[in-house]
Amino acid sequence: MNEESGSKGKYTTVSIPTTLYNRIKQLIQDTGFTSVSSYVTYVLREIVAAHEEAKYSEPYTEEDKKRIIEKLRKLGYLE
Amino acid sequence: MVAPPHGGKLINRISKGKRRIRLLSEVEELPKILVPKDIAVDIENIAHGVFSPLEGFMNQEDYLNVLNEMRLSNDIPWTIPIVLDVDEEAIKDLREGDEIAITNEDGKPIAIMKIEEAYKWNKREHAFKVFKTTDIDHPGVAKTMQMKNILLGGKIELINELENPFHHYTLRPVETRILFKEKKWNRIVGFQTRNAPHLGHEYVQKAALTFTDGLFINPLVGWKKPGDYKDQVILEAYDTLIKHYYPKNAVVLAVLRTSMRYAGPREAIFHAILRKNFGCTHFIVGRDHAGVKNYYKPYEAQEIFREFPDLGIIPLFVKEAFYCTKCEGMVSEKICPHPDKYKIRMSGTKIRKMIMKKIKPPPTMMRPEVAEAILKWENPFVTI
Repeated sequence: MNEESGSKGKYTTVSIPTTLYNRIKQLIQDTGFTSVSSYVTYVLREIVAAHEEAKYSEPYTEEDKKRIIEKLRKLGYLE
Repeated sequence: MVAPPHGGKLINRISKGKRRIRLLSEVEELPKILVPKDIAVDIENIAHGVFSPLEGFMNQEDYLNVLNEMRLSNDIPWTIPIVLDVDEEAIKDLREGDEIAITNEDGKPIAIMKIEEAYKWNKREHAFKVFKTTDIDHPGVAKTMQMKNILLGGKIELINELENPFHHYTLRPVETRILFKEKKWNRIVGFQTRNAPHLGHEYVQKAALTFTDGLFINPLVGWKKPGDYKDQVILEAYDTLIKHYYPKNAVVLAVLRTSMRYAGPREAIFHAILRKNFGCTHFIVGRDHAGVKNYYKPYEAQEIFREFPDLGIIPLFVKEAFYCTKCEGMVSEKICPHPDKYKIRMSGTKIRKMIMKKIKPPPTMMRPEVAEAILKWENPFVTI
C-alpha cells in the first residue's frame, strides 16, 4: 500500500479505470469538488456508511424492552 | 425506521451486577481525579451511548483527527473533541494502563477509567479550530483557556449515576429508540434548543412535523452562558406549548444533559450525531445554530453538512421564520412575497429583553400561554 502522510491527514492510492477518472473529471466541473479524489472520497463515504449501518441490530433483549416500556409508561411517554 | 446509532454500535459503558460491586469495592484503592459537573454529565453521556461510538475520553490520535479533519481516527464523522483535562500534579504518579476513579464535585465516585494516554495540547490551536476564533470574549474560547494542561485518554465505565434534577425528562438512547418504535414512528425529526419557544421555533418544528411521523424536542440542559434561559424555564415553556398547540402523540420532550459549546457549525454536526444516537432520522438546522454573537455566518451551520455525506441523519435546513402582517401568519422568505414593512422578526434577544422588563411579548412573537409560564419566574435567566 502506498501511503502518504501530509498536513491534511493520511492518504493512500486506489486505482480506478482511466475512463472512469475522465468521466468524473467532466462531471465535477463547476461543482464544489476540487478534485476527482475529493469526489470519490465523498461518494465512497456515503456508500460505506450506508452499508455499515445496514448491519445494525438493536442491542437490547426482550426483557430489557419490557422493563423500558414499563418505565416509559410510568413517565407518561407511553399510554 | 429508527436511525442506527453513529458508527453502527450503541455504546453501553455502564457496569452492572457483580462487576459493579467489585469495581465499587476497588475504588478506595484507586487514585482519584475530581471532575466538574459538565465533564461528569459527559461521562454519563458516553456510558449511555449518547456519544456513540465514543467509549471514553479521546486519545491523542482521535483528538488530533477530530481537530484537523472533523473525523475520528477510524474516519467516522465527529466534530467536537471530548476530552478530560487534568493538571500535571494529578497524574505525576500515574502511568499508561493504570486505572483511576473519577469522582464528581461531592467526592462521589462516578466512573473508572483506564488510562490509555496522557498528552499535552495546544489550547489556542484547539480554540481556533473548534470555535474559529481565539477571541477570549467567545464563551467557548474562554472556557477552553481555563482548562488544565494535560489531556487523559481512555475508556470509562460508569459505576454510579449522577443526581439528576430532570429525572422525569431524561431518556437514554436505548429508551428513545424503543419509545419511537412503540409509537410506530419511522421518520423522527430532532430539534435542538437552548431557548424557550417563540412562534419561529413552533413554525419550523411544525413544518418538519408535516412530513415526518414524530418530533423529538430535546432541549439542552447544562452549562450555558449568563442571559440564556434557565433549564427549568425552557421545560415549563415547552410543556405549556405542547399542551396547548401540538397534536397528541406527535411530540416527545426529553432533555439532553451536556454543556453548550457555542461552536456554531461544528456543534451543529455534533448535535445531529447525538440526536441520531437517540434514533432520529432527521435533524432541524436553523439560522445560526449553536452560534453566539457574530462569530459565525447566519447559515454557516447548514453549509458544513455538505462535508459529511456519511452522517446518517438528514439535516432539514430552515430559513429564518417571521410573522407577516399581510399573510397574517408565520412564514419564511421562501414562501412570503411581501416587503419588510409587513414582517415581524422573531428576535430571541428582543423577546428576552421584554421578559427581563416583565413585558409580555405580543402574540405575533410568542404564544400568550408560553409567555405567562415564563413571566411566572422572578428571574428566568442564567446569572453568573
